Amino acid sequence: MLEESGGPCWLSEEVKTGTTIIGVEFDGGIVLGSDSRVSAGASVVNRVMNKLSLLHDKIYCALSGSAADAQTIAEIVNYQLDVHSVELGEDPLVRSAATLVKNISYKYKEELSAHLIVAGWDRRKGGQVYVTLNGLLSRQPFAVGGSGSSYIYGFVDAEYRKGMSRRETQEFVVNALTLAMSRDGSSGGVAYLVTIDETGTEEKCILGNDLPKFFDQ
Amino acid sequence: MALCTGANQTEPLSQHHDLVPDWTAHEVRTGTTIMAVEFDGGVVMGADSRTTTGAYIANRVTDKLTPIHDRIFCCRSGSAADTQAIADVVAYQLDLHSIVMNEPPQVKTAANLFRRFCYRYREELMAGIIVAGWDKRGGGQVFTVPIGGMLVRQPVAVGGSGSSYIYGFVDENFKPGMSKEECIRFTGKALALAMERDGSSGGVARLAAITEAGLERSVILGNQLPTFSSS
Repeated sequence: MLEESGGPCWLSEEVKTGTTIIGVEFDGGIVLGSDSRVSAGASVVNRVMNKLSLLHDKIYCALSGSAADAQTIAEIVNYQLDVHSVELGEDPLVRSAATLVKNISYKYKEELSAHLIVAGWDRRKGGQVYVTLNGLLSRQPFAVGGSGSSYIYGFVDAEYRKGMSRRETQEFVVNALTLAMSRDGSSGGVAYLVTIDETGTEEKCILGNDLPKFFDQ
Repeated sequence: MALCTGANQTEPLSQHHDLVPDWTAHEVRTGTTIMAVEFDGGVVMGADSRTTTGAYIANRVTDKLTPIHDRIFCCRSGSAADTQAIADVVAYQLDLHSIVMNEPPQVKTAANLFRRFCYRYREELMAGIIVAGWDKRGGGQVFTVPIGGMLVRQPVAVGGSGSSYIYGFVDENFKPGMSKEECIRFTGKALALAMERDGSSGGVARLAAITEAGLERSVILGNQLPTFSSS
C-alpha cells in the first residue's frame, strides 16, 4: 500500500489477536487451545504467538481481542494470584483466578477490549472452565472465544459430549481449532494446547501440516 | 412511519414517541440460515422460517425456498423485499427462456440470471441467494450468489446470518457421495444448530429435495428439531 508518510499502514493499526480460543472440561481436568496469529489490520505481525498464558501452576488463561489489553490483564492477575497463594499457603482455586480476571474486565470494561477464558484444575472442584466476557463470570463445560469462534459454534454444539476422555477432548479441541483457522482470516498458524489435570500441566504445539484435514483441503 | 401534526411538529412519529413500536422504522429482513447440498441425482435445500423487522419477528413461518421453475428452487437471505422481487424477475425470464428453447431450463442458466441481476444492481440490493435444482444435462447442482453478485458452483453452500455458526460443522460433516436421506439429515441438523445460536434464525426448518422424479417438501417443527447437549 502506498503511503505519503508515516510508513506502512500496519504500524498505525491496533494489534489484535484475531483468534480462536477454546477451553473444554473433561473428567479429571481441562484442555485449553488457541491458534497463533496476531494481526495488525491485514498484516500478520506474529504467526507463532502462544496465546495460552500461565496464571498459576495449574491455572491458565487463553487470550483474545486486543493483544496489549489481554497480555496486561494476564500479567496483573498472575501477580495477584502469586500474592494470594502465598497468603493462603496453598494453590489458589480456579474460581479465584477467574474472579480476579473478571474484576479487571468489569471495572475497565469501557477501556479494555479483551476476552480471557480462564481454565485449570484445583483440588476442590477438579477441572473447570470459566468465561469472563465483558466482565461476567460463568462456569461452562466448554467455551469458545475470539473472532474464529463464530464459525465453530455449530460444530462444538453438535460434537461435544459430557464425560470425554483426555485424549478425546484433545482431539475435539484440535479439530475445532483447525476448522476455525481454515474459515477465519484472523486465525491461523499453529495450534497450541495445554492440558491440565491432577498430575500436572502438559503444553503441546501442533504444527500446520500435522493438523487434521477436512473435506475441501 | 406515521406522520403526526401536533404542536407545530411534522416529524415521523416513531422517532420520538412510544406510541408507535420501534420496529416500524426497521426494514424487513430474512435474518436467516439457508443451505443447499448436492447429491448424486439431485439436491437438498433447507431454510429456517424467521423474518424480522428489527427485533420483531414479522413472520415466524416464512417460506424461504422459492420455486423458480419445476426443478429449480432458490433460497433467499437478506432483504425480504429485494429477494422476492429478484426471484419474481428471474422466474419470468427463465419461463420465457424455456419456452423459446422448448425444453426445461438448466440450473446454471437460472443461476446466471440471478447473478446478472444481483451484480448489475449490487449497490441497491441486499440479497444473498443460493440457487439449486436438477436438470438432465448436469444432474443436481448448487450455485451460490452471495451479496455483491459473484457466482460459484459448490457441492454444499450455506448462507444468511446463521451460516457463520455452522461453517465448522459443515466442513467437518460433509462428504461427497452422500445419499438423499443422509443429505436431508445433514441439512436438518445444520439448520437446527444455526437456529439455536443465531437470534435472527428460528421457527421451523423447511426442507426440499429435488430430483428427476420431482419435488419433495417437508417441514421439521420446532419441537421435532434435533437437540444438542449444550441446550
